[in-house]
Amino acid sequence: MLKFKLKEVKSGPILHYPECLAAGWGMLSAAVTIGDARATRQPDPPPPRRRQCSLQACRVQFDEEFLETKEQLQKLQDGEHLLFQQVPMVEIDGMKLVQTRSILHYIAEKHQLFGKDLKERTLIDMYVEGTLDLLEMLIMHPFLKPEDQPKEVVHMAQKAIIRYFPVFEKVLRGHGQNFLVGNQLSLADVILLQTILALEEKIPNILSTFPFLQEYTVKLSNIPTIKRFLEPGSKKKPPPDDVYVRTVYNIFMS
Amino acid sequence: MSGKPVLHYFNVQGRMESIRWLLAAAGVEFEEKLIMCQEDLDKLKNDGLLMFQQVPMVEMDGMKMVQSRAILNYIATKYNLYGKDTKERLLIDMYTEGMTDLYELFFKVILAPPEEKDAAKSLIKDRAKNRFLPAFEKVLKSHGQGYLVGNKLSKADILLTELLYMVEEFDASLLANFTLLQALKTRVSNLPNVKKFLQPGSQRKPFPTQEMFEEMRKRFKF
Repeated sequence: MLKFKLKEVKSGPILHYPECLAAGWGMLSAAVTIGDARATRQPDPPPPRRRQCSLQACRVQFDEEFLETKEQLQKLQDGEHLLFQQVPMVEIDGMKLVQTRSILHYIAEKHQLFGKDLKERTLIDMYVEGTLDLLEMLIMHPFLKPEDQPKEVVHMAQKAIIRYFPVFEKVLRGHGQNFLVGNQLSLADVILLQTILALEEKIPNILSTFPFLQEYTVKLSNIPTIKRFLEPGSKKKPPPDDVYVRTVYNIFMS
Repeated sequence: MSGKPVLHYFNVQGRMESIRWLLAAAGVEFEEKLIMCQEDLDKLKNDGLLMFQQVPMVEMDGMKMVQSRAILNYIATKYNLYGKDTKERLLIDMYTEGMTDLYELFFKVILAPPEEKDAAKSLIKDRAKNRFLPAFEKVLKSHGQGYLVGNKLSKADILLTELLYMVEEFDASLLANFTLLQALKTRVSNLPNVKKFLQPGSQRKPFPTQEMFEEMRKRFKF
């Protein structure tokens, strides 16, 4: 995993979330796979939201505290560490941050991943939000009934190919740069890369008709910090499996 | 070209209502192009005006913005409703995201099949009373100020007020013990721009009913 020199703060951020829940592909140094589960009561056990978020353009060490039992979650809730009784929660700069998007925005802003002005920021915001819609499908996927899962893979592939990828392909083709916005790495690139890699796990040839996105993916993956993060042994979490699904149910649903 | 923002959405609250509230509270006049039938929506798509083929879309300052959060953040920044620094912005974001979590549960009730509606309604009651409203009440109590962040009106206060109106319409008793939230709701409601928006005849849309949803479903075939 990547550890870089940091003009640091005595303790880096501490991320609280369930590890298996963390199945995920995180980019950048702080890959926070987030188990933001909502125990909504529905006939089928509702899928907790497992959000894979990539934070911090590298160079930030962080520790992780994995949630594996209900008791651990209870302890965080009782100790009033969680603003809305939910995880993820990231302890950083003396604060306890919750809500995935807020955490992402804070870190992006802190590490210059949010564009240089309001217009760039808004563009980044739009791209991130669109991509998160797609990523969310992936996050929910392991919690669908087994018989519904293959159909949903097709649905995700369609959405990716018809709705989302064409937008980003066009953007990249339009300016010919290596990054989506402002010719520098931003949160939009991180989230998109994460989503593409996650989709490729399920649908290996998903980028076959998107040459610019293919090149983009390769280039981003070769950025040293990201490259290191994508190597075995890093804090990047693996794709979700049955253990993960069971753990989530145990923590949030039992 | 009037220079006013133009909002493209259906004639319902949905995901545009928060944007309407924010613009109104900021004193920004806006136009609406309401999508009344499938053809209206198709035209927007075919004209390439919707980045991800979805609404809300807001034409403003030369942009065609989509994604409600992105739109809200732009408006909040432009009209100084987003705090004075990164930390304030963070707090505003966290609070707003929590509000969105509760807000989304209202959509769930509408979308739930008949046999699941009661459970969906119970969930709103539970989450409002035990999770979200107490959190915001606690914030106000902790600093004793009239607004959630930085002792100044922000996106968080406006959206909370919107949410409180929704909760009240759903079940007024849910607000019962939250005196500071009620005070905030009153305070924000009395701001001239908001007061105007709360009058009949404004661009504010009515609380969603099952009938409205079924009507939309027929018209837009989903």
